[in-house]
Amino acid sequence: MGADFVVLSLVPLLIGTLAAVACALPGNFLLLRRQALIGDAISHVVLPGIVVAFLITSSVNSWAMLLGAGAAAIVAVALIEGISRLGRIEPGAAMGVVFTAMFAGGVLLLEMSDTSAVHLDVEHALYGNLESLIWIEATGWASLTDPEALAGLPPELARIALAALGIAIFTWVLWRPLAMATFDEGFAQAQGIPTVALGLGLVIAAAVAAVAAFDAVGSIIVIAMFICPPAAARMMTDRLGHQVAWSLGFAVLSAVMGYVLAGYGPIWLGGNDAVSAAGMIATVSGAILGLTCLYGPKRRSDVSNINSSAKH
Amino acid sequence: MSDALTLAARDGRHVTDEAASSPLAIRGLTVSYGQKPAIFSVDMTVEDGSMTAIIGPNGAGKSTLLKAALGIVPAVSGSATIYGTPLSKARDKIAYVPQRASVDWDFPTRVIDVVLMGMSRELGLLRPVRTRHRVRAIECLTRVGMQDFATRQIGQLSGGQQQRVFLARALAQGASLYLLDEPFAGVDAATEKAVIAVLKSLRDEGKTVVCVHHDLSTIGEYFTHAVLLNIRKVAEGPVAEAFTAETLQATYGGRLGLAQIEQLNLRAI
Amino acid sequence: MLFEALTFQLGYNATLVALGAALLGISAGATGTFLFLRKRALVSDAISHATLPGIGLAFIVMVAFGGDGRNLAGLLLGSALSAGLGLLAVQWISARTRLGEDAAIGAVLSVFFGAGIVLLTVIQTMDSGRQAGLEGFLLGATAGMLLSDALVIAIGGAAALALVVLFRRPMTLAAFDPGYAVAQGMNLQRIDLATMGLALGVTIIGLKVVGLILIVALLIIPAVSARFWTDRSDRMVVLAGVFGGLSGYVGAAISASAPALPTGPLIVLVAAALFGASLLIAPGRGVLAALIRHVGYRRQVHLRQGLLTLAQGLPIYENYTLRLLTRAGLARPDGVATEAGRAEAAKALRDEARWAMARQLQAHEAASALYDGLRPIATVLTADEIAEIDARLGPPKQVTA
Repeated sequence: MGADFVVLSLVPLLIGTLAAVACALPGNFLLLRRQALIGDAISHVVLPGIVVAFLITSSVNSWAMLLGAGAAAIVAVALIEGISRLGRIEPGAAMGVVFTAMFAGGVLLLEMSDTSAVHLDVEHALYGNLESLIWIEATGWASLTDPEALAGLPPELARIALAALGIAIFTWVLWRPLAMATFDEGFAQAQGIPTVALGLGLVIAAAVAAVAAFDAVGSIIVIAMFICPPAAARMMTDRLGHQVAWSLGFAVLSAVMGYVLAGYGPIWLGGNDAVSAAGMIATVSGAILGLTCLYGPKRRSDVSNINSSAKH
Repeated sequence: MSDALTLAARDGRHVTDEAASSPLAIRGLTVSYGQKPAIFSVDMTVEDGSMTAIIGPNGAGKSTLLKAALGIVPAVSGSATIYGTPLSKARDKIAYVPQRASVDWDFPTRVIDVVLMGMSRELGLLRPVRTRHRVRAIECLTRVGMQDFATRQIGQLSGGQQQRVFLARALAQGASLYLLDEPFAGVDAATEKAVIAVLKSLRDEGKTVVCVHHDLSTIGEYFTHAVLLNIRKVAEGPVAEAFTAETLQATYGGRLGLAQIEQLNLRAI
Repeated sequence: MLFEALTFQLGYNATLVALGAALLGISAGATGTFLFLRKRALVSDAISHATLPGIGLAFIVMVAFGGDGRNLAGLLLGSALSAGLGLLAVQWISARTRLGEDAAIGAVLSVFFGAGIVLLTVIQTMDSGRQAGLEGFLLGATAGMLLSDALVIAIGGAAALALVVLFRRPMTLAAFDPGYAVAQGMNLQRIDLATMGLALGVTIIGLKVVGLILIVALLIIPAVSARFWTDRSDRMVVLAGVFGGLSGYVGAAISASAPALPTGPLIVLVAAALFGASLLIAPGRGVLAALIRHVGYRRQVHLRQGLLTLAQGLPIYENYTLRLLTRAGLARPDGVATEAGRAEAAKALRDEARWAMARQLQAHEAASALYDGLRPIATVLTADEIAEIDARLGPPKQVTA
């Protein structure tokens, strides 16, 4: 593990890990609120949000992108809510209408506008380009203390680190209201907790994670990390704090193992080209979920089915 | 009524003494789901220190009345006051026990954590849970006979035990008005006895208890006051006064036979 | 050029594709309706994403056996196998663990898709994989399609439609009234399986035209659009078929006239436009209708409540109520009832009293169930029945200001 590792692998590994953590944190609450697919919807509508922001500002300014994606997430959630209320349509179907239509619009806008000058295309949006985020200025581990080399770090790293930090603070500060509103919404409302605003806040946090991660790793990792680590963690424990801790562990494990397997796996198998790191991270998270579904100590519910589905 | 008084009322300065001292006063409350009113233009005043049952047939809007008073469902018109102040200023005075079926019992948490949720307003966002909070939570669990279940996973509880945990959480709120939504629905006889004992002890401490209730046969035994509801309020007052053959017939319509009503009525009084 | 495309003047292939897309759209709309009514619309999202590893593996296998990796029939067979596996995984996870179906769907779609992407990057490193063009399966690409591919799509679309027509009775029954279907001796599980199988078939056929990311839209959007227009499931199936067919046809035609644009998003946006129109202007559930209804309803509640308050001689607390009463000439701005207001108030009070009496009478139990505080009793009871009630009530009371 020498200079090569620092130049080629350190930054992608960090970005992959931070992206996984940033998505898994809100993913825990989305899972418990039976809104796991909101993560799926958000990661799809990030694309139109970014494209529209780009068309308005004609730059790839990251704040504009963040605002565009955040706005798209809010629009999507509002539309889903509006359609399912007004038309009395099941929320899952309303979600299917909204995110596919918005994604289709984003793809067409992207194809019709001239984005050749910037790093924006559909394939990139789907599976990112984690491997390309190398640290050219680095010469070895010593570069970590060299201000000049540090200035040459890919900007994606700072962005995802900031997003992960922001989401960690959001989760820490609003832990109690989030837990209460998820477990017993009526009681939380009677206590004066603005549960609707809180739910929207969670969606925005998820959108922030999605857009920061999307930039570096594409939307497959985003969906996989929203759902797989929290779902696997739910099989391991019956306490919320422990579940979140397990999910973070699984997220980090998926990111590191996925990246290593994508980079070195083919070489071990006699090939010579790496495969998609984003795809491999999602695959590893799926393998972990599969194992916990088979052997996790808490994989089955204590509550009878009627009781646990009574929320809906 | 004179014009001067009417004008004063519209300005909101005029509040009757009755409403000012009442733990829960509801005026002209209408709530709709879609285009059909669940409750229509309901006025009621809960007497301080009473144990009041809200009764009526299925779909009469009993739970809706509680939820609208707590701001959980929006009202088309009308308002509720708590000890003469609007709800937003009186949250600390109210403890609420929702229907058991309304929550996700598969949520990853333990009994004591649920009871601690009752202290969320004093704990705020980040204040740590101290030993004194845990001690109080255990005391609340002891009052409902669940002290040995503190670290039990909530998914492992029976229906009656779930109800007791909810009651313990309400006790932890340290409120003076208790609003309970069908606390006796689907629980075993032992739990029913335990719950009513706690509610009566609350009343002895001078607190006010309001329950959505559906068992007519226990009203007289459990409650001091009753509100009869079927979309509109039919009657309210001390059980013996509110509970007449006429009001019961108006509440339940043809669903109760006259003989049945008379029997219930006698037992209630 | 669009006009030429819409009228089949862009050549044999484009015409076949447009017809195939129309047939596909009809069967997708109809199949989607059954999924939607069984509340399983998003399961198809997992199925469609789960096709990707199958496509990749089929390509690798066909190349390994010395064939052409791009053979559409072979690729579709591979995609069907892995999509079936994905469907089984969703069902296994939601049945055997505590996770809900939503989490199972999300997990399966992201993991299968991720694995598919891994395989695509493997294929890119193969000698024969550089121009494989498998990315076309992501968002649909009909430009430069071979005649044989166009035939596969047209025949597949027709076959799916034939199956929908064949199975429509049991599927309608299972979606509309599962309890009755079971009582009729039908095997609900088998019908569900057939529905999912049909969804899988539509997905596979649609891969090349719409792409695996958006094919779910063709299964969901036409069905949801149809829901806005009718409450009857048989009409919904037909309407969704029309919406879906129109989307497929128009979208494919636009795509034929603009080959640079991916076909899938075009088809989906046509479907979304039809949905948007349904959402706005549908008479029952549409936004405009709901808005008009809501404003009218709120007015009705406040007016009635205001009249009853006047009738009891109580003050009116809410400004909106008072405004309504004044505007209708029923009250003076200071809240005192006018002559007309007193008359209306007396009528409202009388109506309430009649209702109260009616609800005490066993004979009117069914009518009493319709009581909602607003409905005049004359709309549910006949004049002589009301006269009967009036006789029990005694003479009407006067309302005084």
